[in-house]
Amino acid sequence: MASGVTTAGRARITARTMRTDRWWLLPAVTVGVLLAFIAYSTWRAFEGAHYVAGPYLSPFYSPCLASSCLPESSHFGEPVGSWWPLSPALLVLVFPLGFRMTCYYYRKAYYRSFWASPPACAVAEPHRSYSGESRFPLVFQNAHRWFFYAGLVFNVILTYDAVIAFRDGDGEWGHMGLGTLVLLVNATLLWLYSLSCHSCRHTVGGRINAFSKHPLRYRAWTLVSRLNGNHARYAWLSLIWVGLTDLYIRLLATGTFADPRFF
Amino acid sequence: MTEQATSVGYERQAYDVVIVGAGGAGLRAAIAAHDAGARTAIVCKSLLGKAHTVMAEGGIAAAMGNVWPDDGWQVHFRDTMRGGKMLNNWRMAQLHAQESPDRVRELEEWGALFDRTPEGLISQRDFGGHRFARLAHVGDRTGLEMIRTLQQRAVALGIDVFMECTVTRVLLDQSGGEARVAGAFGYWRESGRFIVFDAPAVILATGGIGKSYKVTSNSWEYTGDGHTLALEAGARLLNMEFVQFHPTGMVWPPSVRGILVTESVRGDGGVLRNSEGRRFMFDAIPEFFKSETADSEEEADRWYNDKKANRRPPELLPRDEVARAINSEVKAGRGSPHGGVFLDIASRHDAEYIQRRLPSMYHQFKELADVDITAEPMEVGPTCHYVMGGVEVEPDTAQSGVPGLYAAGEVAGGMHGSNRLGGNSLSDLLVFGRRAGLNAAYYVGRVSRTGSRPQVDPEDVRRAADAALLPFDGVGDENPYAVQHDLQDVMHSLVGIVRRQDEMEEALVQIEKLRERVRRVTVEGHRQYNPGWHLALDLRNMLRVSECIARAALERTESRGGHTRDDYPMTDHDWATVNLVCRLADPSAGEAVEVVRQPLPQMPAELRSLFEEK
Amino acid sequence: MGYDITMRVWRGDAGGGALQDYVVDVEEGEVVLDAVHRLQATQVGDLAVRWNCKAGKCGSCSAEINGRPRLMCMTRLSTFEAGETITVTPLRTFPVIRDLVTDVSYNYEKAKTLPAFAPVPRDADGNYRMAQVDVQRGQEFRKCIECFLCQTVCHVIRDHDDNKPAFSGPRMFLRYAELDMHPLDTNDRRRLAKDAAGLGMCNITKCCTEVCPENIKITDNAIIPLKERVVDRSYDPLVWLGSKIRRRDQRSEPPPTPPPTTR
Repeated sequence: MASGVTTAGRARITARTMRTDRWWLLPAVTVGVLLAFIAYSTWRAFEGAHYVAGPYLSPFYSPCLASSCLPESSHFGEPVGSWWPLSPALLVLVFPLGFRMTCYYYRKAYYRSFWASPPACAVAEPHRSYSGESRFPLVFQNAHRWFFYAGLVFNVILTYDAVIAFRDGDGEWGHMGLGTLVLLVNATLLWLYSLSCHSCRHTVGGRINAFSKHPLRYRAWTLVSRLNGNHARYAWLSLIWVGLTDLYIRLLATGTFADPRFF
Repeated sequence: MTEQATSVGYERQAYDVVIVGAGGAGLRAAIAAHDAGARTAIVCKSLLGKAHTVMAEGGIAAAMGNVWPDDGWQVHFRDTMRGGKMLNNWRMAQLHAQESPDRVRELEEWGALFDRTPEGLISQRDFGGHRFARLAHVGDRTGLEMIRTLQQRAVALGIDVFMECTVTRVLLDQSGGEARVAGAFGYWRESGRFIVFDAPAVILATGGIGKSYKVTSNSWEYTGDGHTLALEAGARLLNMEFVQFHPTGMVWPPSVRGILVTESVRGDGGVLRNSEGRRFMFDAIPEFFKSETADSEEEADRWYNDKKANRRPPELLPRDEVARAINSEVKAGRGSPHGGVFLDIASRHDAEYIQRRLPSMYHQFKELADVDITAEPMEVGPTCHYVMGGVEVEPDTAQSGVPGLYAAGEVAGGMHGSNRLGGNSLSDLLVFGRRAGLNAAYYVGRVSRTGSRPQVDPEDVRRAADAALLPFDGVGDENPYAVQHDLQDVMHSLVGIVRRQDEMEEALVQIEKLRERVRRVTVEGHRQYNPGWHLALDLRNMLRVSECIARAALERTESRGGHTRDDYPMTDHDWATVNLVCRLADPSAGEAVEVVRQPLPQMPAELRSLFEEK
Repeated sequence: MGYDITMRVWRGDAGGGALQDYVVDVEEGEVVLDAVHRLQATQVGDLAVRWNCKAGKCGSCSAEINGRPRLMCMTRLSTFEAGETITVTPLRTFPVIRDLVTDVSYNYEKAKTLPAFAPVPRDADGNYRMAQVDVQRGQEFRKCIECFLCQTVCHVIRDHDDNKPAFSGPRMFLRYAELDMHPLDTNDRRRLAKDAAGLGMCNITKCCTEVCPENIKITDNAIIPLKERVVDRSYDPLVWLGSKIRRRDQRSEPPPTPPPTTR
């Protein structure tokens, strides 16, 4: 027996959807962009080279913690040591990856586009059964806040990377190139993405019921709520920009392009 | 597809109290009856929570004094009486003013989230005819908040609700000499099957009659069901000539003509202008309200912030005055392009304020008329909104002249006199809904103790079923939708805002012809969810109340409140103490309505003194 | 200024039915419900349609218009292309009664399972005191007109009828969120939201928010905050421990109200 819109008793209409617009466009674009990003970032993460150029360190490789790191990239030493056989990027990428995988916005995006659950509103999904996020493994989506906390640490590090990009290749302060700007924008977008996160909104004040008794947290919540309205936008912008940042640094590192210098 | 009228199968249910209608009054009555220990059922034409109360926007009038500590029940009572041109039943107005604050606080205990004052109390807003800001509100969707709160309370109490079930007859037990309520007869809209309720008490909470008019803010349910049920059960209707035309309904596009534009727009500072840009309400202040109304725009504007030193703007005169003034502006050729006048709040407040205070008005105009009310004025005109007339009831118990039959809310008469103040309707529902529920439960207790519960007469059930199935007999040639359309035309043009003897006489002739047509109405299809059939049955009620309105209006040879006559334009002192009452000469034969005069109950001296001081 | 439109309306009942074509004469400024009424008054007198206020305030006239769940009274004919056929079907998530009318009792049964609001005692002067900032979140949710479009579009039950017993739907999540955020309520409904209402089944794909005619941000403001509150209660040992040690949360956890037996 059919269990969806063709369930016995419902209006007998066989079409999966009666929508006449191009409802498939958005999920298709989402799949395209995400796949492109995944392909690029996987390749870059395993490449293990061309991630430092002058004072600029690619966000894919920051912090770089293994002995295999290029010396100029080890801002925080090499605590992992030499046992790690793979690209040092893989050590750190798991955190931003986890943050984005469990993000309430990305969940919507990939459930819709990759899982087709549902592909679009009022378009029947192809699955026979459904339990949502109530069971293993998707119940682990509830860990989002831990990844959010970890994401904050990364934001601090990437902000540090942007600040030290005001030094030139010799470590002298007072330099700024296009790369500095790229890293600054990258850090800013990542902050906007993290601070507009739903878990952040909950943590700063959302869990309180009597706002009037916590005026400061209420103000923080109001601010985060405003950012939260743009969470999806920040999610896309920061994702694309982090990829572009890495690409830019690779272009510099491979000598394909020379960094324009402002001062 | 004809149904055999004789093969009457029906479902049977037994309760102590059956409430017809699930708006504010019905739900409040059900909660009260349940709390008093009665087995209670609610029967409603629509789904639960869709009743017309949901449309109420502005607020609930209650002299809580949260914003103006000088407010009190005496002031509210005085405002209500003056708004009704002193034709109100004084006792109802008194109970209403005294009890409404507690009824509002009760809602809060059941989960309502009213807008707050800076001190954290329930905020109160200004409205026409109210001396102080006293309307408890939630933005401009107070009715929704109220019905949802009551609905959720009723659900939590486990009260049975019969949704999409229409009552067509109150069943009586005539055996004891005096007729008393024995139950109710109705049909399920979904299946078309009949249902009989055995119940010693029936509370009518069916709302009003607006669907007899062409331009109305009322929903399809407002077909005067309760008025007709009461009349046919032998009860009497009071003040039926008084129909309130709300001054501000939408006028364009045609599809939304009549939809309400809340009075809160004016309460929050909106002003009315004609095509010349003049605030014409300053030219329309009647003698009766001169002393308390501002006569300059400057004073009127100051009033919003300082109510003690200034008088109210004329835009906030009672609704009848404003509706009449708009009507004459349009007639004089100073109207807006689509036959209304301009209601302007855009030039008075910033967009943020308007969107916060009037969110659903903003939404309504944006979605339905492409008008941004934060940037341009609205076009508004009068729309049939409320009937002051209704079932004559005992003020304290809400019982009608028929033992066991109660009425509360818009279907009851007397409380609002000749004109209702905005905001008094929601509080009326709560105060008298509760009283009706309690007293119906007490009545059933008394009946049960004496061991003489009334019995439904099977013959009555058969007659009710026959009458309900008549439109299926297939002999007529009339379309119910066409008949309704014509009735609305007749009432709109002949018994509308401004009335004349010859027109009303003509209306009565037309109503008689329509009655003939209703007999010939035939519906297609079968009994399952058939709107044509439902309308055919509702039409009988609409005709009945239309006749009552026209006859009473013809009889009252003066102008007062919601009854304005071209041929008797002045208020007549002799009529100030007279109520008109409609009744059926012979309820069982069920035909002609007769109108009789009866003296208005006189208020005691201590209340009278409230009107002497200023 | 009348003109003709082509409409396809589903007619039938639980036993079967079909889309039927009609040409309807309409006026400028009209909405789909006007066209349906015109059809009823002039061509098919027994066409079943549920409606009340025709002003977007009661939420009765929900249907699917060109495949999208909408209120018929708030869908203007001018939003369609000239010559476009307007297809109107009943809600495809609930059993059909006749024509455009469906049996929405699922929603009313779910409403019965939610424990009622249980406030703290009043202040000594008989009043409750709540600041505007403390009620405004709940006020947004109470704008709900119970049109059940969110319930209809939610794929959890639309595409999986077998989930109906375990899942209460977005409309009920609004109620849970409203009460859980209520400054005066003494009940802790978080476990109920997770267990009895099936909050975990929601995969936040946001169709409820997309169709809400009152523009309530159901997902961002109610469901996700509620999910975060459930994390506090059931998945975040630190927060749970913290609330116990500091005795912050004194609310009691009510058992789910058993669904009353239907008549």
